[in-house]
Amino acid sequence: MMEIERYEIRIAGFGGQGVVTIGRILGVAFTVFSGINSVNTQSYGPESRGGACRSEVVLSHAEINYPYVRRADTLIALSAVALDTYLKDVKKGGLLIIDPDAVRVGKNAADQRVVPIPAAAIAHDSGGVKYQNIVVLGALQCLIAEYIEKTALKKAIKATVPPETFDTNVEAFEKGRAHAKAFLNSKPEFRALMDA
Amino acid sequence: MHSETSQNLIAPGIHYLQGAEACAEGAMLAGCRVYAGYPITPATEIMEHFARRLPSMGGRTIQMEDEIASAGVLLGASWAGAKAMTATSSPGFSLMQEVISFGIMTETPMVVVDVQRPGPGQGYISTSQEDVMQARWGHHGEGAIIALSPASVQDMFAMTIRAFNLSERWRTPVLVMAEETVAHMRERLVIPDLDSIEIIDRKTPQDEGIAPQDYLPYGHGPVPPMAIWGQGYDVNHVSLVHHRDGRITGYNAETHFDNIDRIRRKIEDNVADISEVEARFMEDSRHFVICYGAVSRTAVEAVLEARQVHGIPVGYIRLKTLWPFPEARLRELVRDAEKIFVPEMNLGMMKHPITEALRDRCRMVAAVPSLGCLHTPEQILARIQEEAA
Repeated sequence: MMEIERYEIRIAGFGGQGVVTIGRILGVAFTVFSGINSVNTQSYGPESRGGACRSEVVLSHAEINYPYVRRADTLIALSAVALDTYLKDVKKGGLLIIDPDAVRVGKNAADQRVVPIPAAAIAHDSGGVKYQNIVVLGALQCLIAEYIEKTALKKAIKATVPPETFDTNVEAFEKGRAHAKAFLNSKPEFRALMDA
Repeated sequence: MHSETSQNLIAPGIHYLQGAEACAEGAMLAGCRVYAGYPITPATEIMEHFARRLPSMGGRTIQMEDEIASAGVLLGASWAGAKAMTATSSPGFSLMQEVISFGIMTETPMVVVDVQRPGPGQGYISTSQEDVMQARWGHHGEGAIIALSPASVQDMFAMTIRAFNLSERWRTPVLVMAEETVAHMRERLVIPDLDSIEIIDRKTPQDEGIAPQDYLPYGHGPVPPMAIWGQGYDVNHVSLVHHRDGRITGYNAETHFDNIDRIRRKIEDNVADISEVEARFMEDSRHFVICYGAVSRTAVEAVLEARQVHGIPVGYIRLKTLWPFPEARLRELVRDAEKIFVPEMNLGMMKHPITEALRDRCRMVAAVPSLGCLHTPEQILARIQEEAA
């Protein structure tokens, strides 16, 4: 795996979309199952289901001091509000994963590498829309595979979700990965950008 | 050391926990078997974790009717021989001051965790360091307090254990002044071999070979051995000024001074043993950032950037213990400085004892305030550049 100096992931959407859960799963995958330091924080306020929601994971092989995102390497935006709020803090050339059924991007994201993952629609056909976060997680793993192996993420899913939902979660995870892989294969120029 | 319930303690190895969970696990490892509390954001996760875990160790988690009663439970539990803890957030911490004062006077080991949120009043539910002065001065009357300041999930675990050890060693309430930031963040927690963790238990008169008829509940030295209820030793747990044998009649000024001077000095005379300070980048430094708690994580980023990118010779000092205030240690570390920066999630509170300690050793002590959220490294760096570049 590639040495990480500092890599920042922000996940944002509505409460109920599983934003907090995948932040936590990422943290467990990196730190417990890959030996990479991570700090996971989450937004926190009077909002609940339906309100704005955010979680963050900061990764590094070194000690992590400041625990929050400064300039995100990756933003996962699952709502239009989330994109409006956080796009300005994404690095130039950063990764932007969106659900195109919920979020439209145009010139505002011209500096980012945009990956559309129709997570809610994919999840709808495999276990239900509540697995949309795990679909996104699968897509993310495919896109940052140089940092984290899929086996580590599957172990983290197993350690985090209710046991009876594990198989459905893995199915959603694999569908997300497959979708991202197909996207990369359809966009050779994007792939080149990723490898650069 | 660890009894029949040790198989339920957290396992050695790498965990990924919230600070709140790490705090509760540390407490249980230190031997805490009574938790009493009243839920309040952002401290509730500590109580939830105790409720899930403590019964499996033969302990009890009790929800009381309010924070005063919750803290009161700790007194009774401690006198009955248990290690006991509560956690709350700032509005609840205000309510607990009465019991903390009682605990200081009766020399009762107990641990209070304050997951600070902004005030005054209900303030907000985000992060804060606005109770650091209340920690020292919130209780009425003289006496001393011990207050620790964690900055990570690992600290939440280790410092909670240390809080219990200090409270047992010095027979006094000990405060863990956490913040929402550290209580809610998740990161790696490394649990070492359990037998390698030092656990201190209070000294009893039996340990010291003192017979019941010879026992002075407030005598036998600066930290009196503590009798457990029901073991044949007469104890009057009294928060009125008392004689060494526990009598409250026959008041006189000399007894009063003897009583209070001892409970203050048992802490203040042992600052070097109790209070921990971390210092980095000290060599050649002309300026210093002095910080504590979660802010120290931001401060170290700012100091690194100031030194490496801007060539400003700034040192870094972190107070791991806020009270008793490590004045002598600070004066050892800072002999001659230009400017001192004190970033705090308040409008400048620990800046005052820092100024008092170092006023003849520097030209200026500057507050770097933030309310309700952790400073960004840029915020602290900007202040350093403004004053010191």
